[in-house]
Amino acid sequence: MARIFAYIVHRGGVPDDSAGELAAAAKKIDATASATAIVTGQGSDLDNVCSTLRSSFCEVWKIANDALAHPNAELIRKALVKVLPPGSIVLVAHEHFGIDLAPGLSIKLNAAYCSDVLGMDALDGNDLKVVRQEFGGQVSSHVHCDISSGAVLTIRPGAFRPQQNAALTGTIVDKSGEIGSLSAGRRYLQTIVAEAGDVDITKHAILVSIGRGIQEKDNVRIAQDLADVLDAAVSCSRPVVDAKWLEKSRQVGSSGKTVKPKVYLACGISGSFQHLAGIKGNPFIVAINKNPKAPIFQVADVGIVDDILEFLPELTSKVRELRGVPAK
Amino acid sequence: MEILVCVKRVPDTSENEIALNSAGNDIERDELVYSINEPDNYAVEEALQIVARVGGKVTVVTVGGEEDEEILRREMAMGANEGVLITDAAFEGSDGRGIAAILKAFVKKGNYDLVLTGVQADDGAAQVGGMLAAMLDLPFGSLVNSIEVLGGKKLKISREIEGGNKEISEIDLPCVLSIQTGINEPRYVGMRGIRAVASVPISNCSVAELSLDASAVGAAAAKVKRLDYFVPALGKGAEMLAGSREENIERLAELLAAKGGLK
Repeated sequence: MARIFAYIVHRGGVPDDSAGELAAAAKKIDATASATAIVTGQGSDLDNVCSTLRSSFCEVWKIANDALAHPNAELIRKALVKVLPPGSIVLVAHEHFGIDLAPGLSIKLNAAYCSDVLGMDALDGNDLKVVRQEFGGQVSSHVHCDISSGAVLTIRPGAFRPQQNAALTGTIVDKSGEIGSLSAGRRYLQTIVAEAGDVDITKHAILVSIGRGIQEKDNVRIAQDLADVLDAAVSCSRPVVDAKWLEKSRQVGSSGKTVKPKVYLACGISGSFQHLAGIKGNPFIVAINKNPKAPIFQVADVGIVDDILEFLPELTSKVRELRGVPAK
Repeated sequence: MEILVCVKRVPDTSENEIALNSAGNDIERDELVYSINEPDNYAVEEALQIVARVGGKVTVVTVGGEEDEEILRREMAMGANEGVLITDAAFEGSDGRGIAAILKAFVKKGNYDLVLTGVQADDGAAQVGGMLAAMLDLPFGSLVNSIEVLGGKKLKISREIEGGNKEISEIDLPCVLSIQTGINEPRYVGMRGIRAVASVPISNCSVAELSLDASAVGAAAAKVKRLDYFVPALGKGAEMLAGSREENIERLAELLAAKGGLK
């Protein structure tokens, strides 16, 4: 049976939430196997991450190197290629770092690559069957991976539930000596933190959130009118920011803000997993979308198939009437 | 700067409801509206803007069939200098690695300073750019949302990371970058622009013109194969309001009031 490794992303000395999810995904591949965590970095942050991970992994491989102070995918790929045994299955979270690292790693390991995995069956010989989504989550597919020369899989955040009370006491194995010197054609300079913006959507109990269905910049007014009568803020999904109809600070999602409203009105939003990843705290979700197949209907509490450009103004009028707000 | 942009023709998810076909083994493709993969279009625009600043040439390339010529023409209407269709029956059924191997052979034939792809396409795999870079042993950056050309064969790039933050790096040329949507505002292409390029030649490139091990591409070489499509039953799903618009608004107002949305 191929040995399973989980590359763990960390920040500020704390492993990412995906660590437990990768351990759970490894158990799906082989219930009897115990995945080995691999962590790269330097200093006390790295040591802290390794000791935390001992409770969820039987073995933790530590790779300390000053060049790895900031996670650079090219350097980490080179380090991993040096330590991974042939035929390994490597799991990485499907987020910005995993997307940077994993495809190239699969080439250098001559391993099969399958990304954004949501589910899988137990490994059968060299055959691994996984579940993915395509077309923005509108349909799913089963994908067969031939792992005879190993595999690199990126795992969708939130798709695998971490095991509670794993309560292991894993061994830390220092692999730093096997790495040698590292250099890369891409060098980290700095991180620029997102600007705050005019409205803080993370502070609002009600969000009127708009997606591609708003169609043009002038129509944002329709959502703002509804937000005004609901004492809500207008937030949005990625296409609205890409089109420059709203500022980046209004974007909900993994590359935008994480919000915890009580009520979330998803208007003309298809519901990609990157968008849903930004909605926390189990709000009451209302989805209004022209496309009855939009994935947002799978996660919403209430769904309405309609054109938001016609529906929202009528909803605004109704709310005005109920709240006794005079029409503008 | 010589820039190659790798593009793909995909069903346009903003124009289509994707449904399963009656056999359940594929999506219903008969009436799909196809267009260029959205991130690829941003990549072409970025290439054109770089060339406008520092000079050079933009080539767009795709792996596919005759039907894919339309997106090459569209990108040439935007301003790309050349369009190349890499087409061969031997390429059918290639997985991401196979497509990257084909593109690698094509890149090797040229003299490109910069290779761009979109961050991901219809299958959401986000794989070809990173694979291509590794095969060529070139530096790579994914999710790139700004590019500045520095002196001394270097770029300063920004990558989109968590929470809307940006990771700024310096990267040596030649390199491969995967471009995130929103990096620029792609120019509009009107019917007149499309007509102007309707008869420009598109170069074809087959396996014979590439130094390519035929056993590394196509269905036989694929380590990863899609078995089917299906519509998942995820969670309980929404309570769908199926009344008239007026009734739906009435009911929604009640629900919002109950959930504290109407104080």
